[in-house]
Amino acid sequence: MSLRRPAKDQPESFEFNASSLEAANIIVAKYPEGKQQSAVMALLYIAQKQNNNWIPLAAMKYIAKFLDMPYIKVYEVATFYTMYNLAPVGKYFVQVCTTTPCMIRGANKLVEACKEKISENECELSSDKSCSWMEVECLGACVNAPMMQINDDYYEDLDKQKTLDILDKILNGETPKPGSYRGRVNNEPENNRKTLMDLKNA
Amino acid sequence: MLKDQDRIFQNLYNDKGSDVTSSQKRGDWLNTKEITDKGRDWIINEIKESQLRGRGGAGFPTGLKWSFAPKEVGSRPHYLVINGDESEPGTCKDRDILRFEPHKLIEGCLIASYAVQAHVCYIYIRGEYFVDGQKLQAAIDEAYEKKLLGKNAAGTGWDLDIYIHYGAGAYICGEETALLESIEGKKGQPRLKPPFPALIGLYGCPTIINNVETIAVVPTILRRGGKWFASLGREKNTGTKIFCISGNVNTPCNVEEEMNISLKELIEVHAGGVIGGWDNLQAVIPGGSSMPLIPKDKCETLTMDFDSLMAEKSGLGTAGIVVINKDQDIIKCMARIARFYKHESCGQCTPCREGSGWMWRMLERMAKGDATKDEVDMLGDVTNQIAGHTICAFGEGSSWPVQGLLRHFKKEIEKRNNLDPIVQKKNNIPYLVDQHLLDKKNA
Repeated sequence: MSLRRPAKDQPESFEFNASSLEAANIIVAKYPEGKQQSAVMALLYIAQKQNNNWIPLAAMKYIAKFLDMPYIKVYEVATFYTMYNLAPVGKYFVQVCTTTPCMIRGANKLVEACKEKISENECELSSDKSCSWMEVECLGACVNAPMMQINDDYYEDLDKQKTLDILDKILNGETPKPGSYRGRVNNEPENNRKTLMDLKNA
Repeated sequence: MLKDQDRIFQNLYNDKGSDVTSSQKRGDWLNTKEITDKGRDWIINEIKESQLRGRGGAGFPTGLKWSFAPKEVGSRPHYLVINGDESEPGTCKDRDILRFEPHKLIEGCLIASYAVQAHVCYIYIRGEYFVDGQKLQAAIDEAYEKKLLGKNAAGTGWDLDIYIHYGAGAYICGEETALLESIEGKKGQPRLKPPFPALIGLYGCPTIINNVETIAVVPTILRRGGKWFASLGREKNTGTKIFCISGNVNTPCNVEEEMNISLKELIEVHAGGVIGGWDNLQAVIPGGSSMPLIPKDKCETLTMDFDSLMAEKSGLGTAGIVVINKDQDIIKCMARIARFYKHESCGQCTPCREGSGWMWRMLERMAKGDATKDEVDMLGDVTNQIAGHTICAFGEGSSWPVQGLLRHFKKEIEKRNNLDPIVQKKNNIPYLVDQHLLDKKNA
């Protein structure tokens, strides 16, 4: 199990803004009547998005009232799933995959780059408070290893220099282009394609 | 090598676009009504005849699973749930289906829902695949617009609604009952079986759960016939499969190939060979991280299907092949996998919660050469106490890779770890300190 703690400094209150409220109501409608608890995961995402990438305790209380379920059940869900950030992570949240398939292709170089550019320790905000990084478990892009995720986007086929360049961009407030950084097409074997040849670039 | 026209996923590399018009050009949504008009029994029989086995790891026959759904809908509605919580290290096949072949999946959902009499289908996608999920959502919206979903979907007379439910970074939610708990808005902790989900599943209703790849191949099987699918591969291990080849190879890739293809062909032809040449190969993990590794001498003749890998005391799993060459420290690789399982254990059963961390800490020390002689056997003992003593298969999944390491690389561990047992000589080894509590202050 992973160890997860809510942040010490918590805001007093939290409320969905108009657009979050609209999105939340659409999600609750996806589930059968009386089963609105199912929407808790999606609502936590909405709260996280609205509140600069992290979920304060006040938001959990608000969601519990919104879905008419006990607060502790929302707290359980928010602390169980690792994608809910319980403390501020900055506007750009960098997640470096270091599980074995990435590790054997040099994921530690990406970690080094993050240490140089963002902060010495993981889960620690950079000096301008705009981003933080952490090591995560398999992100499911193993044939594009090593790779990292910044907010929602995947950056694949990296090495140390490319990572440094990407991090420079986000520290300047730009959003770099996601995808492969060796220029290959998705998950095809690079310059070695033996299948689906007649369709290539059709 | 499989002929191109026999490949089901023609758009695996997104050469032709994934929108509904280009998908229809490739044959998706072609006369879906004709298939459903032949009736439920015909569909289930045809899938049984194709001998399709689930692509999510366990390899359970799909036709048989569908036949477990109650024949008549009682007071409780039926549900179809698609498992797209792909998190097994080494596996990234479902992601390509979600983003490049979404209409194969959606059409498969319609046919499967009809076969098991479900009017609502939930597709559970891991939270990290948010962008790919958005692409699937766009495809679903397109399908609604073209009346391929919703009331009287695709003219079949069957009503179907499809909803996406995002996970949030828990590997365990790939276990079918944990996935149901997660959709119900709870912690993803597996349920005891029986009762099986086919009778009591989502919200206590009959639920059929299938992997993304399993459902996405269904329309093609029904169009081309179960016999065609069964003619590929070999008896009980039929059809095609997307293999993900990652690790120390020259061109890591996803490729759809026939079942029972040789491992050497996959690595040499599609993945451009092992970095440093075939002789530099150390070991291969054949089916995602939870399957025991296979050393080089056996890789020469190995064929990739459920039963032949089972005979090697490993398994096909999700067909995520991780190639490890001799430049890597095999103990360190396995210690990292053990850390993955320590991180992802849901904490419900004690043997798994405590044992997964224990295995990781021991392996970390073994990689450094800090372990004592007797610990090697102790490690084997711990794996045996986890496997088979937990509610779900996570216990096996976490201990099999360690057992595989001990089976094939025990000499290497023993060579590196030569310390006398701690009771005889007082080595400063922090047995009782839970190290992960020390090293992550900000977690």
